Amino acid sequence: MSLIEVLPRVRSWRLPRAGGLIQWIVPLAILLLWQVACVTGFVSSRVLPAPSDVALAGWRLLRSGELEHNIWVSFWRAGVGFVIGGGIGFAFGLANGLSQLSSKLTDTTLQMVRNIPHLALIPLVILWFGIDESAKLFLVALGVFFPIYLNTLHGIRTVDPQLIEMGRIYGMTDGELFRRVIFPGALPSIFVGLRFALGIMWLTLIVAETIAASSGLGYMAMQAREFMQIDVVVLSILIYALLGKLADSASRALERLTLSWHPAFQK
Amino acid sequence: MQQALRFLGPDAEALDHPDFIEQARQARDGSNAPHRGLPLTIRGLRKSFGSNEVLRGIDLHIPAGQFVAIVGRSGCGKSTLLRLIAGLEKIDAGSISFGEETRPEDVRVMFQEPRLLPWARVLSNVEVGLGRDRGSSDAQSRAAKALAEVGLDEKRGDWPAVLSGGQKQRVALARALVSHPRILAFDEPLGALDALTRISMQRMLEQVWRDQAFTAILVTHDVSEAVALADRVLVIEEGRIAHDIHVDIARPRRRGSADLAALEGAILRDLLHSADETLEQ
Repeated sequence: MSLIEVLPRVRSWRLPRAGGLIQWIVPLAILLLWQVACVTGFVSSRVLPAPSDVALAGWRLLRSGELEHNIWVSFWRAGVGFVIGGGIGFAFGLANGLSQLSSKLTDTTLQMVRNIPHLALIPLVILWFGIDESAKLFLVALGVFFPIYLNTLHGIRTVDPQLIEMGRIYGMTDGELFRRVIFPGALPSIFVGLRFALGIMWLTLIVAETIAASSGLGYMAMQAREFMQIDVVVLSILIYALLGKLADSASRALERLTLSWHPAFQK
Repeated sequence: MQQALRFLGPDAEALDHPDFIEQARQARDGSNAPHRGLPLTIRGLRKSFGSNEVLRGIDLHIPAGQFVAIVGRSGCGKSTLLRLIAGLEKIDAGSISFGEETRPEDVRVMFQEPRLLPWARVLSNVEVGLGRDRGSSDAQSRAAKALAEVGLDEKRGDWPAVLSGGQKQRVALARALVSHPRILAFDEPLGALDALTRISMQRMLEQVWRDQAFTAILVTHDVSEAVALADRVLVIEEGRIAHDIHVDIARPRRRGSADLAALEGAILRDLLHSADETLEQ
């Protein structure tokens, strides 16, 4: 799974100079078409507001400070939930990848829990935590846990045994073996987990905020629906897209930095 | 091999002095005194995997500094013997002794695959070979020297992924040599290389063996490689040493010469003969 996920990003077809711009041509073209369709009346503004109206709504909310506040709240929840869930998932992945005993003890349980859709726990979570911050953090952490856990475990288990034997022959201690052979070998797979987890992170958070929250982007969208502010609803959706892209770019940059040895990342 | 050389015609002479052997000579001139090899004594060695008895009583003495080649058909136990010598498998019965106390750095193995860490630069890959001395202050300079000995000094900052198959094996050789081992075991180290690269790598192996005077044990299925390099060829059949042949041909040996070819032919006949017997049974 790991390498196949990583390899398609060999950017051989990209133009060297226009590379940064070329990826924005399609989104911009869609925006333009959308604007034209709205202005000509092809699409009613009650169904879909024009991009310019969405931008105006954004400007209005930005000036009132509402937008900034809600983005910040969502960002904070996503980040904290991610760190908690990802950290625990990573720790379990390491433990179960490295220790037979730990794997026997916990893997079956984790695999069972994994098959419960974590969003199905929302009613229970609301009963436990109310609509408090901890409810959202719990859901995000739970959602992020599994992709990180599974891919860390997979990465460690699939490190080339010949390299591990080589490390042992050359007298590496367990710590050295982990640092120089096992962890770098598992890293491509860990990154695959990271990117899956980032997607699940936004998904979980938005659903949780839509159902039970008093701030955040999901809350902002739900409230706008109550007041028929369709431009704000569309604005929230566009912000999700941007935040998702941002998270993905950040993880890619981290990947390029740490996997520069990998043939797929060499220019 | 003969055919390959004939095919090359006049250019074949160039193989006698490839660039990296020249470089290796230059690097060697500054190196310290050669380390002495270790003798090796094996008594009644047996090894089974499950119900399959792979080695059925091996008795063998290898004097210090000898170059021994072990040949045999696949599955005859030659690789297992090498892995036991290198301490990679547990001995079922019998003993292997080196004559004196050894450090882990004294016995090194080179495999068919280079087994380089893809995420470490060439120089750090060589540093891995220093064993417990990895952290020492002269680790880098020692690794650089070993890299120069195999003629890859200019590749020290590259990732292994950009090297050719032969270059990767040369890095693996440098990693095995950097701790100045006293026994170096080769498990088909040239098996995955093309014919030309094989020939130059064989010359390089012979060269470093002569320079550093370690005891060399080469497992190979290529009989011509065995007779070209070794002082002594052991033929293993069904877990026992079937033939123990001394190769009394002066070095440097000319590839394709009549006496090498005759010896190679004799060993191959033995191997094929016993293969036919197995088939008839």
